[in-house]
Amino acid sequence: MAELQQRTLDALQKNEGWLLQAWNVDLAGSGADQDRRMSAEELGQQTADFLQLLVKGVRQGGGAGITDEAWAAARGFLEKLSRSRALQGFESQHTANFIFSLKRPLFTLLQRDLSDDPRLLAEQLWAISEILDMLGLFTVASFQKSREEVIRRQQEELLELSTPVVKLWDGVLALPMIGTLDSQRTQVVMESLLERIVETGSEIAIIDITGVPTVDTLVAQHLLKTVTAIRLMGADCIISGVRPQIAQTIVHLGLDLQGIVTKANLADALALALKRTGLSVVKA
Amino acid sequence: MSVRNQGIVPIRVEQDVVLARQAVRKLAQECGLRLVDQTKLITAASELARNAVIYGGGGDMDWQILDEEGRSGLRLTFRDEGPGIGDIRQAMTDGWSSGTGLGLGLSGAKRLVSEFELDSAPGKGTRVSIARWT
Amino acid sequence: MERIPILRMGEFLLVTIQVDMHDQLALTLQEDLGERISATSARGVLIDISALDIVDSFTGRMIGTISAQSRIMDAHTVLVGMQPEVAITLVELGLTLPGVSTALDVERGMKLLSARVANA
Repeated sequence: MAELQQRTLDALQKNEGWLLQAWNVDLAGSGADQDRRMSAEELGQQTADFLQLLVKGVRQGGGAGITDEAWAAARGFLEKLSRSRALQGFESQHTANFIFSLKRPLFTLLQRDLSDDPRLLAEQLWAISEILDMLGLFTVASFQKSREEVIRRQQEELLELSTPVVKLWDGVLALPMIGTLDSQRTQVVMESLLERIVETGSEIAIIDITGVPTVDTLVAQHLLKTVTAIRLMGADCIISGVRPQIAQTIVHLGLDLQGIVTKANLADALALALKRTGLSVVKA
Repeated sequence: MSVRNQGIVPIRVEQDVVLARQAVRKLAQECGLRLVDQTKLITAASELARNAVIYGGGGDMDWQILDEEGRSGLRLTFRDEGPGIGDIRQAMTDGWSSGTGLGLGLSGAKRLVSEFELDSAPGKGTRVSIARWT
Repeated sequence: MERIPILRMGEFLLVTIQVDMHDQLALTLQEDLGERISATSARGVLIDISALDIVDSFTGRMIGTISAQSRIMDAHTVLVGMQPEVAITLVELGLTLPGVSTALDVERGMKLLSARVANA
């Protein structure tokens, strides 16, 4: 890797103000300051902060790569920047552009200050370009990582959102399952149903699978296990909304539903649950 | 994969099975396993510890708390110097028992954990290793 | 010797298991309970395991045996208070305790026993 010479460093330090201005102009040229997700002041603060860290990195790190300790502060800054950009919903190229738009002002500066020594100029341009490329790649990588974190968290939230255990009546809980069930989701849902049974002291739980298009062997087995676990805890379980296709699958899979109460729809299941708890519904 | 912590719990007599269960509960909590996973691992450990006492004439439980790519796990290895198992496939069948049990010990324990390794031969003792991850 | 207490409540017996039982203790309970049913002519047995955080195949088998043994002696057994994670684990273990009656808590277990005895 090419080393940065003292002259380059001097040029950077002497012209920080000019660089910052030129950088902001370039960023504005790409439309970055027109973005409503972030104010121009905020962006201006970020560029000023980063430029200082860059100069510091160049001064202390010399020719060392950006993984060097001298660049720790700059890396930390970029990680934070990438995370906030990811949370604000920016695109990856937009985030990388933060670094890459610094290239032109830097090159202009070096061309101006080192024009008397073409060989040195070429070498230094190469060196500074390498550093910026690495910082840019680092930013994209951090951005990607933050995005993945966001996605993972959203998946977990979705899992919780999509599986509400609702109280239908005193002592009657219902779990309306919607969408395709995978084995992990079924497991999480079933566990929360069991916990709610204990919390509320409900004697009857209805698992409604009207909104479930298909059931595979694993999911069907999970359902059966849940019914058995509910019985062990001392409550009863009714499965409602078993559609013809699913009934067919269960028969094809050779699963034994003996001892499990099934009802065509949630209303019938609720009627049965009320009857079991000793209640009857009459017209007023 | 790195080992955060490890140790040995002796399982010589029946009362040690209870102590092993309590030790596993503490370790599983330290490891950050969910309550359901803790319970499954402790139950599996209880079955294997009892096997080591009854069939193996006593043994040891090695434990290791592991870290790997942002998740942690608890690995337990039950060792005894007993007569060993002749037919492993038969021993792993639900309902098969050489003693007076229900025959759910080995096969049941396997269903409760995410990793299961059985190593045994007649006269060589028995080694069962199980693990669960967060 | 260490023992699990058996309480008498009218024509029923109540056993509350609060300690992590070793196998011998479980066997002693099984024997004690048989004797108490015979001595008191109890019509029902409630086993409260709400404080147990694990039930393995040995304890599970004991519960099954107590239930079967009581039935022969004309007493119903109701198992109450099994925790969700214990229930999930038992099912996974392959121990579903068919033939053992269950209830959410002692109060409901009592009601169930009374109904059973009244019907018998």
